[in-house]
Amino acid sequence: MKFRTAILAVGLALAFWAGPASATVTFKFAFQGDLKSLDPYSLNETFTHGVLGNVYEGLTKRGKDLKIIPGLAESWEVIEPTRWRFHLRKGVKFHDGQDFTADDVVFSADRARGPSSDVKTRLPADAKVVKVDDYTVDFILSGPNPILNAEWDTWYIMSKKWCEEHNSLTAQPQAGQQMNFAALHANGTGPFIITEHQAGVRTLFKRNPKWWGKLESNFDEVIFTTISNDATRVAALLSGDVDWADPIPLQDIPRVNASGTAKVLQGPELRTIFLGFDQYRPELRYSNIKGKNPFKDARVREAFYLAIDEKAIADKVMRGAAVPSALMISPLLFDLSKDFVRPAYDPEKAKKLLADAGYPSGFEVTMDCPNDRYVNDEAICQAVVAMLARVNVKIDLLAQPKAKYFSKVLVSGGYDTSFYLLGWTPGSFDSWNILANMYRCRDEKGVGGNNNLGNYCDPKVEELTNQVLVEGDKAKRDQLIKQAYEIGQVRDWAYVPLHQQALAWGVSNKVKVVQRPDNQILFYWFRKE
Amino acid sequence: MLAFIIRRMVQALLVMIVVALIAFTLFRFVGDPVNQMVGIETSAQERELLRQQLGLNDPVVVQFIHFIWSAVHFDFGASYQFKQPVIDLIADRFPATMELSVVSALFSLVFGIPMGVYAALHRNSWLSRFFLTVSLVGISLPTFLTGILLIFLFAVSLHWLPSFGRGDVVALGFWTTGLLTKSGLKALVLPGITLGLFQLALIMRLVRSEMIEVLRTDYIKFARARGLPDRIVYFGHALKNTLVPVMTIAGLQLGSIIAFAIITETVFQWPGMGLLFLKAVQNADIPIMSAYLLLVAFIFVTINLIVDLLYAAVDPRIRIDLRQA
Repeated sequence: MKFRTAILAVGLALAFWAGPASATVTFKFAFQGDLKSLDPYSLNETFTHGVLGNVYEGLTKRGKDLKIIPGLAESWEVIEPTRWRFHLRKGVKFHDGQDFTADDVVFSADRARGPSSDVKTRLPADAKVVKVDDYTVDFILSGPNPILNAEWDTWYIMSKKWCEEHNSLTAQPQAGQQMNFAALHANGTGPFIITEHQAGVRTLFKRNPKWWGKLESNFDEVIFTTISNDATRVAALLSGDVDWADPIPLQDIPRVNASGTAKVLQGPELRTIFLGFDQYRPELRYSNIKGKNPFKDARVREAFYLAIDEKAIADKVMRGAAVPSALMISPLLFDLSKDFVRPAYDPEKAKKLLADAGYPSGFEVTMDCPNDRYVNDEAICQAVVAMLARVNVKIDLLAQPKAKYFSKVLVSGGYDTSFYLLGWTPGSFDSWNILANMYRCRDEKGVGGNNNLGNYCDPKVEELTNQVLVEGDKAKRDQLIKQAYEIGQVRDWAYVPLHQQALAWGVSNKVKVVQRPDNQILFYWFRKE
Repeated sequence: MLAFIIRRMVQALLVMIVVALIAFTLFRFVGDPVNQMVGIETSAQERELLRQQLGLNDPVVVQFIHFIWSAVHFDFGASYQFKQPVIDLIADRFPATMELSVVSALFSLVFGIPMGVYAALHRNSWLSRFFLTVSLVGISLPTFLTGILLIFLFAVSLHWLPSFGRGDVVALGFWTTGLLTKSGLKALVLPGITLGLFQLALIMRLVRSEMIEVLRTDYIKFARARGLPDRIVYFGHALKNTLVPVMTIAGLQLGSIIAFAIITETVFQWPGMGLLFLKAVQNADIPIMSAYLLLVAFIFVTINLIVDLLYAAVDPRIRIDLRQA
């Protein structure tokens, strides 16, 4: 690594002294976070997976419209509900020159479910992966699973031989000194090859001339740099030092658009921002109401819902860069979303509901809020506080950095919250993920609906969730999902979904990009003049 | 003399242990590192296992002793974020910070001393007033603001200099340098000025007031009476005597330049240790934080020691004091 860096640096220096090189097309992009690990199984994070999607490939991928399309598997069929057969693409080579075969798929399936992997949910733990021949693999399941390959666009296939040779048989362990070769090097099948990686600083990609597909991008070279400071990131975009920067802070969007060198590309994101309630503790931990829990009463939850003017939040706090949502899932991911309408802002009704529930003069509760996680998260919370004050609910706002916030409200902190703001993207692009994580009952240890922080619990929703998991017919399945939302959201007001925040990519006028709502940066579709 | 050095070294060791202890106490308030290491869908059992493996469930005292014991062996563990040995990460970032710090220290000395001398000699000229105003701005403007203003002026509007990063670097063994390429040198200008501006103001004001003080003394009057030319009086006699405190301050300031490079590095996305540290704080990456704090404490203590020794070497009066002590 050091040696390679040295060669590269000297090379760059020579290239510099020799004058400008020939017309290589270089795409430079900057993101606020780091590319933390090159091991595609060690961190389940959108940005990491997105960038690695240019280097690694899954059996199936997702197209520009998020539809599942063939990747390393040319085709597949469901032979019987519990047996899926995948026909692998022939003639594909890893970047190190080895052939891609069924062995790599079987190996990757084990590695992804193995110790220290953070992508264990990509395929069922008890599924058997069987090599039929070199280019055919069967997945044998314990029960039907219609969304088996829903998340496979980010279950990247790794080379068995390469991992063996470099002692990277398991994902990079989270703890311990033992360093994994795969965390700092990459060997995929994708259209770009990582030639240099300095964790937290920059990563260099070169086009893979031997890629099996037809590359839309004209980039010869791609340079990624982390720029964590917002103002610097915007300046880098405006000065032309980078061609793409994400995210652009909302207040800088007009300035970027007026610059003449770059524009902000906004689009809906899949993440839903919402409010949740502790509705299982007999007494709220952080409230002046003692001996009972007001949030157990659906009328109180409804009152909170109606007291919050989401339109004002979207227009003023989010400066229009948010789409109010009636459900906990983006309308892009659920066809029947159109059947749900967000109830209108109605503070008078909210007051009445509170009075009916026995709180005519309101009550006090503490709200947990992150202040460096989502777009304008703390400002949203402050708006919520002001709006609830109008119906006499006094909120004590506790806004903290994400490291503190998550360690308090998640399972690791014992779900230590009474009222909170959180954001959620269903990793599988599907409602089952929402139901399983947010609407399913859980125990104290988080078994069940692990991220159902307030422990909303209803046996019928539980039953529907289990049916959704195994129902293979799409129309029927959508109806089941709809029923679950009708109970959990419409009848029980389990959450207050606020909005889907908008993506804000800063894009140089020289570059054409494809923006997908899942915010993955797949530059193999980008072009530069 | 030897007793003095040994005494200082024992003090230095104590300082470092105290820094480590305070740092360790503070880490209890930065949040749970495990949340930053895994995705949100990771189950409670796996999180708990990870806590066990990282030793986060041990009592703080045990963790502290374990840390000190490893640190003595130059083992600072692996970064939670990057899964790399901390020592490698810091070694990787160290040259960037040092180059930036040295360049800005030189910048502040090269400009600060002549400006101070000028302001002392021509107290009422408009240029002196201008220097003093600039130094006031340098002292009162926060670093990040200076940095952003410079970026917008020289990178966004004028396109003269890069807005971020270190440019191309050349590796000389373990040391990477940006001093040998044009883009590397260009990249140094803005962060160098940003980081050095405060020091420049400080040194200029110090030189000015010291110089004014010295010019009032009898031996300057005597030198003039001897009919020595102004140049010798000012630079041979006055400036030389001014430089003793300046040297101390400049030396001590080098330590704070290295430590306060954090903000400049963040503004310019300069890939140095400060940036690494700030990211570590945000992500509750305890191994990096503790190693960095220890290293900075070490640098401070070392510079202090060197300055003390130099001081004695330069000023004979102090040497006599030391011998008597």
